[in-house]
Amino acid sequence: MDYEKFAMQIVDKALRAGADEADVYLSHGRESEVTIRMGEIEVLKSAGSRGLGLRVFAGDRLGFVYTTDFTDAAIDEFVRRTLALSAETTVDEFNGLPKLEKSFTVPNLDLFDTKLAGIGTDWKIATAKKMEKTAMAFDKRITNSNGAGVYDGDGTTVLANSNGLVGSYSSTYCYLLCQPVAEDAEGKMQTNYWYTFRHFYDELDDPEQVARIAAQRCVQQLGAVKEKTRKCPVVFDPVVAAQLVGAIAGAVDGDAVFKRSTYLVDKLGEKIAGANVTIIDDPVQTRGLSSQPFDDEGVPTYKKAIIEKGVLKTYLYDTYTAKKAGTTTTGSAQRGFTSTPNIGTFNLYLEAGRHSREDIIKSVRDGFYVTQMLGFGLNLANGDYSRGASGLWIKDGELAYPVEEMTVASNMLDILNGIEMVGADLEFRDGTNSPTIKVAEMTVSGT
Amino acid sequence: MLESFFSRSISRRKFLKSTAATGAGLLAVPTILDVVFSDPAYAALPTELLDAETLEKLLSIAMSRGGDYAEVFVEYNVSNGVSMEENKIRQAEYGIDQGVGIRVLKGEQTGYAYSDELDFGKMKEAAEVASYIAGTAATGTHPTYNVSPRKAASMLKVQLDANEVAIREKSALLHRANETARAADSRVTQVNTSFYDNHRLIQVATTEDVLTSDRQSMVRLNVTAVVEENGDRQSGYSGGGGRVGFEHFKNYTPEDCAKEAVRMATTLLGAAEAPAGPQMAVLGNGWAGILLHEAIGHGLEADFNRKGTSLYSGRIGEKVASEHCTVIDEGTIPGGRGSIGCDDEGQPSQKNILIENGILRRYMNDKLNSTLMGMERTGSGRRQSFRHYPMPRMTNTYMLAGEYDPQEIIASVEKGFYAKSFGGGQVDISNGNFVFQVTEGYLIENGQVSRPVKGANLIGVGPKVLEKVDMVATDLVLDSGRGSCGKNGQFVPVGVGLPTCRISEITVGGTDVQGSGSMG
Repeated sequence: MDYEKFAMQIVDKALRAGADEADVYLSHGRESEVTIRMGEIEVLKSAGSRGLGLRVFAGDRLGFVYTTDFTDAAIDEFVRRTLALSAETTVDEFNGLPKLEKSFTVPNLDLFDTKLAGIGTDWKIATAKKMEKTAMAFDKRITNSNGAGVYDGDGTTVLANSNGLVGSYSSTYCYLLCQPVAEDAEGKMQTNYWYTFRHFYDELDDPEQVARIAAQRCVQQLGAVKEKTRKCPVVFDPVVAAQLVGAIAGAVDGDAVFKRSTYLVDKLGEKIAGANVTIIDDPVQTRGLSSQPFDDEGVPTYKKAIIEKGVLKTYLYDTYTAKKAGTTTTGSAQRGFTSTPNIGTFNLYLEAGRHSREDIIKSVRDGFYVTQMLGFGLNLANGDYSRGASGLWIKDGELAYPVEEMTVASNMLDILNGIEMVGADLEFRDGTNSPTIKVAEMTVSGT
Repeated sequence: MLESFFSRSISRRKFLKSTAATGAGLLAVPTILDVVFSDPAYAALPTELLDAETLEKLLSIAMSRGGDYAEVFVEYNVSNGVSMEENKIRQAEYGIDQGVGIRVLKGEQTGYAYSDELDFGKMKEAAEVASYIAGTAATGTHPTYNVSPRKAASMLKVQLDANEVAIREKSALLHRANETARAADSRVTQVNTSFYDNHRLIQVATTEDVLTSDRQSMVRLNVTAVVEENGDRQSGYSGGGGRVGFEHFKNYTPEDCAKEAVRMATTLLGAAEAPAGPQMAVLGNGWAGILLHEAIGHGLEADFNRKGTSLYSGRIGEKVASEHCTVIDEGTIPGGRGSIGCDDEGQPSQKNILIENGILRRYMNDKLNSTLMGMERTGSGRRQSFRHYPMPRMTNTYMLAGEYDPQEIIASVEKGFYAKSFGGGQVDISNGNFVFQVTEGYLIENGQVSRPVKGANLIGVGPKVLEKVDMVATDLVLDSGRGSCGKNGQFVPVGVGLPTCRISEITVGGTDVQGSGSMG
């Protein structure tokens, strides 16, 4: 099926049915899952799916319909219904499609591995088995497994709108996951995981290395205790530091800024962190895990600093929120086929600093090295932050013993200002990434 | 009247598309509200999904390589929504997600495939892909099935089907909530409201010759208010619904929702720091049942226990909570957000006593795990959609009421923490560490609720915290119908409930170290 043509036909139908403007967001792809547990195949899953969302603007009113049913009769009915829905909404002068001044060529960001489809189920089974076996052999206290898996697939995004835009791009992904379980002499268990995630099969980390890291992360938590409540330095390893970086992305959402429901409102151009803090969103990174040549409204994407040397440089907008705020879209629209655009980030990261992880740990006399966090604890309106945490306790510059059943709490503005050291260990493992960071002081709650 | 869905036996027609006429014929329409089938935006639900003959053929193909068991799961999921912000109806939406998921079991192994295209060729391909779990060679036999259709006992409590209600009636609720919230307090800067209804029609055909169908509808009203004063900003949320009809909002009014959202936001303005460290805590009733969901609910799902990765593994019959705790998971509460006529494996839902006076009685089980463990199915096999295979999941999880008056419990606390409203939570199954977020908390001083404090997470280990539940009040209620539970990336709607109860000690994750009295 020619999905670009199909999407354009739907846009045409919407115009003929009375829409002033319309866009179609269509995605299709396939997924495969192979999971192994205790040496045996646990799940084999494979399927393809597709869906589309139609957005219409008629008389500055917005209607939206999505469907997985692509039959002609269904599509005609959906087009009619989208117009009927738009009539139920309020006229809003800020509604409308992006107005692009010139046409653009969709850059090739190298997101599709043509070799991936040729990777057979046998290789996936063998790789998952090898990961689990390596993890189980890593330490005699690894006694059980939540399984090891290989997940891969591809996806294509098609966008067409009534301003004449039509474009698409495809990407592949491949993900290896290992989840061992460790148990101490008293029968107390600790589970953890490690993974490698790439567009290209031959860029994946060594599966045995993934397994060893997963096993190490389990074993290092055995015998965890609860530390005393205090204020102290907190070091976030790259996995949990990336979650903190993600918490900043939500706060620069132009919709939240317009509604004054974020702790970063009124802070544009202000210094909100030290000069060692630069946070970048780079949607056009070659082979980047969240790269997109255009955003989900068809606006070309570009690399931008959100925070540069501690100064808040930009909020993020889609077309609608940009018009409301009297500015231009930053190409930050994101959506699935079941929704209208929201604002989000692509390859978001905190730029690497100059400190080694060892130097950061060495700088702490008494503090918390966090490797895992639990729960939801960010109040976006005012930045108050409190989450469950586990990891290792730092004594006199050394990782001394594991701790759990603790919380870390502060306010995001204090956390940003308190980022005292930034590690050199940035890796692009996921859509949002960070090196190790040290926050000068947070409240750590335990006994 | 909603029982009329699937009331006729499944016909030989395939996946009939919706038309206004078929829907209207089924309904006796109350006249108070504006219910207009000629509304151009209206679409009736289909009256039937796949026919028995097609399902039987797919089962046969799925079993052609020697599986132990196969099932075909058919889903037709319709969503309607309308949202309001800045005094404008911003968006009206409608969506259909439909498809078929086919699963084959062989020992501990699962083969799974799905199709969102409902032509027989695509469905047959999915059945073949799923069949490979049992072996690469066809057995040469094509087992035949003769499924008997049955309709699950409906858990819908519906007089006025929200799918039949005109959008302007739903918009009217939003206008009422919006106006009330904006008038409630001069510090209100933003109000967002939305109304969603969703109608999930499912069919499950299995090689045990059962064909079960259920309609699982849901309505939901949301109100968020943002307030600002002297540079401090807070937001408050209120909302809910369930497997109920549009009439639900006559008693659960948009005005009440709006006032509650504004009350919560303004209460939090200028709140003091929350304590850090162990505290005696009193949890308010209702949504605080998230404690149970995290502290033991997930840990009692059978998959983790079969694999021996839950800290409750092998502990049936043991004491895992204080004698004050009797915990139930019940999918058969009419109208409950987590209620289901049948689970996503076609098994009728039921009431499961998980913990009785502190003793662990039962895990929540599905087809695969109950077979492997030699235990009973408990109607707990659920999945997000046809794209997912089922897992043991919760429905509505609550603790039975105790004997104390809620005021008596607060009065018993000399110094502690009162948690009134909650956000989300999470648990690590293996070590039992769980958190849940308090979004509205207060200090208790000398038996009185005193100052409000900022939000904070509470953290504990399941059995240790439940052992410390030492007073339980009479005021059990279920939450307002707002929870979704995530597990391995799959989300399903759930309910929780709790009477007001006291926990003698739990760690509060605030920022006020002095306030905890735990320095040393």
